[in-house]
Amino acid sequence: MNKIKGDLAGSTALIRFAVLVLVIVLGLDLAARAQDTLDIKIGYLRRAQHQETISLVQMPPPDNGLAGAQMATKDNDTTGRFLNQRYSLVDLHLKAGDDPATAVAELARQGISLIVADLPADDLLKAAEAGKAGRILFFNAAATDDRLRQKDCRANVIHTAPSRAMLADGLAQYLVWKRWVRWFLVVGSHERDKLFAAALIRAANRFGAKIVQEREFKDTGGARRTDSGVVQVQQQMPVFTQEAPSYDVLVAADESEVFANNLPYRTWDPRPVAGSAGLVPTSWDASNSLWGGIQMQDRFIAQFKRLMTPLDMQAWTAVRMIGEAASRQNSADPNKILDFLKGPELALGAFKGQKLTLRDWDLQLRQPILLADGRTIVSVSPQQGFLHQFSELDTLGYDRPETQCKLQK
Amino acid sequence: MNLFWTVRTNNHRASVLTFGIIICLIGPAKAFTAYVSNEKSNTVSVIDIDRMETIKTIKVGQRPRGIELTKDDRYCLVAVGDDDTIQVIDTKSGEVIANLPSGPDPELFILSPNGKILYVANENDNTVTIIDMERRARLGEVQVGVEPEGMGISPDGKILVNTSETTNMAHFIDTDARKIIANVLVDSRPRFAAFKSDGSELWVSSEVGGTVSIIDPVRHQVTKKINFAIPGLRSEAIQPVGINITKDGKTGFVALGPANRVAVIDATTHEVKKYLLVGQRVWHMSFTPDEKYLLTTNGLSNDVSVIDVASLKVIKSIQVGELPWGVTITKQ
Repeated sequence: MNKIKGDLAGSTALIRFAVLVLVIVLGLDLAARAQDTLDIKIGYLRRAQHQETISLVQMPPPDNGLAGAQMATKDNDTTGRFLNQRYSLVDLHLKAGDDPATAVAELARQGISLIVADLPADDLLKAAEAGKAGRILFFNAAATDDRLRQKDCRANVIHTAPSRAMLADGLAQYLVWKRWVRWFLVVGSHERDKLFAAALIRAANRFGAKIVQEREFKDTGGARRTDSGVVQVQQQMPVFTQEAPSYDVLVAADESEVFANNLPYRTWDPRPVAGSAGLVPTSWDASNSLWGGIQMQDRFIAQFKRLMTPLDMQAWTAVRMIGEAASRQNSADPNKILDFLKGPELALGAFKGQKLTLRDWDLQLRQPILLADGRTIVSVSPQQGFLHQFSELDTLGYDRPETQCKLQK
Repeated sequence: MNLFWTVRTNNHRASVLTFGIIICLIGPAKAFTAYVSNEKSNTVSVIDIDRMETIKTIKVGQRPRGIELTKDDRYCLVAVGDDDTIQVIDTKSGEVIANLPSGPDPELFILSPNGKILYVANENDNTVTIIDMERRARLGEVQVGVEPEGMGISPDGKILVNTSETTNMAHFIDTDARKIIANVLVDSRPRFAAFKSDGSELWVSSEVGGTVSIIDPVRHQVTKKINFAIPGLRSEAIQPVGINITKDGKTGFVALGPANRVAVIDATTHEVKKYLLVGQRVWHMSFTPDEKYLLTTNGLSNDVSVIDVASLKVIKSIQVGELPWGVTITKQ
């Protein structure tokens, strides 16, 4: 009995000693870092946008996007150790009915002036307006709406998400290179499907493809997946796609996930599918191993035990842009960060095979568009031969001469 | 042949002379041999430099990238990242005879000037692993920035420089204390670090930034940046990776990746003198010991270009495996 007690007492003393040592070591570390440490707090503002998907494996994870921002915060902080900078991320999750302006005020109260946003376009504009007075700089990591880069552009909103026009152009260049120039366009009945269709039509006109027919797929409601739904789908899709004029590729605009993923292998004519299913233009895919991407995927999987999504990548890029600017300016001032990011010095490495820079006319991040089929990267646009006098990346999306954006301070 | 090793480390003119005489007495010099890691084929190509052709292909582990011969040429070390090890190839038999405890996902590594210690960059772990070559055992590790890659060592072996790709820094590590003593911010995605042979300058290439930073290794400051401009080529395509500087410190060569060119640099003024068109996606390079030739690996065209250093002309391309990545050449 005594022996056990003695052992216990001994181990308690040992634990106490260990805790003491730990406290001292941590204290020293904190003290060392506290000397002139620059604290860079970043807000992550998101609204739950529940998205049902046709494919079970494509259901967005609960921390979609946030995980990317968290990884970049960790990356920035590793760099920060050598520069006396400390990075942290504050996640603010809007519930239905919550006002983004109130959320921005709350983040500002916590001393945050850099916010990564995963918000729908209208919410983002409200947040940007609310942050104007406090000089808050926003990074739009999610909304692909072209109007945010055009008439609704804002001088305090940087876009790391590619626009619909960029995605459509990236796809169109490849299809044209492949000489699949006759498109059968199938469009969903929701607003965002129509916006993507508009971008695809613009891309077809720009790069010399022809839309031989446009057909609407009406969302009549109902579940995306059912136990025996596959039987019906197998009947429904061939019938829906029959009697189309002769075409090379079916291009689907279905951001709402109602039908596009049911099209491959089920079209009336044996034709490939692209757009919202089949060959999909995207900023990132979990299969991307190009340009050191494998390191990125490995690190992400190790930390979050799941695959990395496009939204994760867009949020990672936003937080890394902040880290890049802050490490080179040694400042977290949003104006200084914006000036650096807009300037010629920015050369962001984001596993895209080349430096990424900002378009100074609409604050959109220039970036290549990956074309993924869900298993591999099929190609990367811009395609060879689509030339531009300044940057070939500007063959994707709205170029300087076409812009309707007027950035106002 | 331990003799050469002595010559190199002591850097003693008299010994070199003696060595030269011995060689003359023995007869004609043996042909140099180059070893090329082929990232996609999982092989190492062996090139006879006299004949300028591949004479043998050695099967290695998965995703071979960093490659270097031991100082005595007995072994060729090759980092096989996807197998999380560095394999040791016996250069006589051409067989893999051992694995080194490199830590996960090794990519680039460097031997200390005396050949006794190996420093390995572990990309996924933000660490540099230190290995005792005699015992083939792990000695320790140093925490560095995100995605460590390039490794350079000062001629006296006292300072190891590691570059971290996402942190964008060159970390100066004291090899005795195994501690970081300085960090220098460079342009985006630093890939490679090389000292001049007299230790007066450190050159660091930034793949995404498109520049080479010249760093004063004493003051730990960037003193100059080399920029590249090639008519008709967009700036994004210029991605500096490998760096080799001649022993006299007068000429530097920088591989420019997808620009498919090697820049020739006056290493005194740091001006670009010339661009040499080589194969596609030129990555790393190695001189023959007499510095007569510089071999470059061209990832996308699956070949090695041979540059004649005196005339600055590309004189030959040699077919190797798929996605050639690194190259190392025997000293004799």
